Amino acid sequence: MSAAPETSAEYIKHHLTNLTFGKFPEGHEHAGHWGFAHSMQDAASFGFWSVNVDSMLFSIALGLFFIWIFRKAAKTATAGVPGSWQNFVEWVIEFIDDSVRGSFSGKNMLVAPLALTIFMWIFFMNLMDLIPVDWFPAVAGLLGVGHLKIVPSTDPNITFGLSLSVFALVLFYSVKIKGPGGFAGELTLMPFQTNNKIVQALFIPVNFLLEGVTLISKPVSLSLRLFGNMYAGEMIFILIALMYGGGVVLGAFGGLLQLGWAIFHILIITLQAFIFMTLTIVYLDMASQEHH
Amino acid sequence: MNFNATLIGQSITFLVFVWFCMKFIWPPIMNALAERKAKIAEGLAAADRGKHEQELAKKRATETLQEAKQQAAEIIHRAEKRAADIVDEAKHDAVEEGNRVKAAAQAEIEQEVNRARETLRGQVVEIATAGAARILKRELDASANDELIKDLVTRI
Repeated sequence: MSAAPETSAEYIKHHLTNLTFGKFPEGHEHAGHWGFAHSMQDAASFGFWSVNVDSMLFSIALGLFFIWIFRKAAKTATAGVPGSWQNFVEWVIEFIDDSVRGSFSGKNMLVAPLALTIFMWIFFMNLMDLIPVDWFPAVAGLLGVGHLKIVPSTDPNITFGLSLSVFALVLFYSVKIKGPGGFAGELTLMPFQTNNKIVQALFIPVNFLLEGVTLISKPVSLSLRLFGNMYAGEMIFILIALMYGGGVVLGAFGGLLQLGWAIFHILIITLQAFIFMTLTIVYLDMASQEHH
Repeated sequence: MNFNATLIGQSITFLVFVWFCMKFIWPPIMNALAERKAKIAEGLAAADRGKHEQELAKKRATETLQEAKQQAAEIIHRAEKRAADIVDEAKHDAVEEGNRVKAAAQAEIEQEVNRARETLRGQVVEIATAGAARILKRELDASANDELIKDLVTRI
């Protein structure tokens, strides 16, 4: 349990609060000052122009970690006999390359590196979920930091940041490859089609509504799926951690549960990273395909 | 779920990482992989070639061995024949030499015989002449009987 004695509800809330930095609004005791939020309400009151420092910090650190270990292998990559590290990196890269070749029919230099970045980065961010939930917040508490969420992918800002970037790429390639007219046609002339011009004109708003929903649902489902899975997993870890406060027997049972859930979670975090990557490839493939 | 500027920060970070990955991670590793693939293919082809060459060499070696065996047999055969020839020749030579020696000896014997005969003849003539001279000393003139004596000598 963390430093201060608290109720279960407080404990859970504490673990679900980001370390948010922003400007306190009017009516607050620190009104007009910049600072860290003390509670969820504070964080919400900051409005849009605030930053979840913990999510940003951990996601950047994990991204840099990915960049660093893969760059190390890339620098020493030769056609000769690979070392064990290079071998592993090549295995990952070939796996990504196979996935891209399997799902992406066009030729695009961006897609494979994009898929690799998404897969490894999300995997590392999800992997933070396996670290016992109290370790980092406890250390942060000793250092005077009130809140700390170490799993960036349980922050919707992070998952939406990823999926909206992917969505921007989808829009970009849709317009670039199909042309603005082609893309607009795809949004308005399908799925309902007819040879009658007047009826076709009537179909345009209906088609646009349907296709618009389809289009918008891509980034939303992409990010919410990852966020939902990781958030739920994190929540279960927190609930299990609550059992440690309930005596030796309950604590031991909690330990068993945590072990089981962690092992199961290894599958989930890998799967979620893979799903995010595969769907990204598929969406980009759909964006790059000419419809007939 | 409050959305804030983390969204923008994450997007920028993401694009930077993707750019870095696309620029400095993906290409060198893919190049190394492609290069190794080519190298392995080359190695396999070389191994195949080597195997094929080895087979050819084996076949060639067998052929050469057989040829050598054949040649050796031929040489032995020829040598044997030559040896037989030499023995035959030597035999022949020996017989000839023997014949020659025999002929020479015979000729010499004949010569000796002839000489002895000549000597004998001369001596007989002398004896006959002496005998005749003694017989006819009184009655006949030696010169008158010369012809008779000569005739006698040739008949010996």
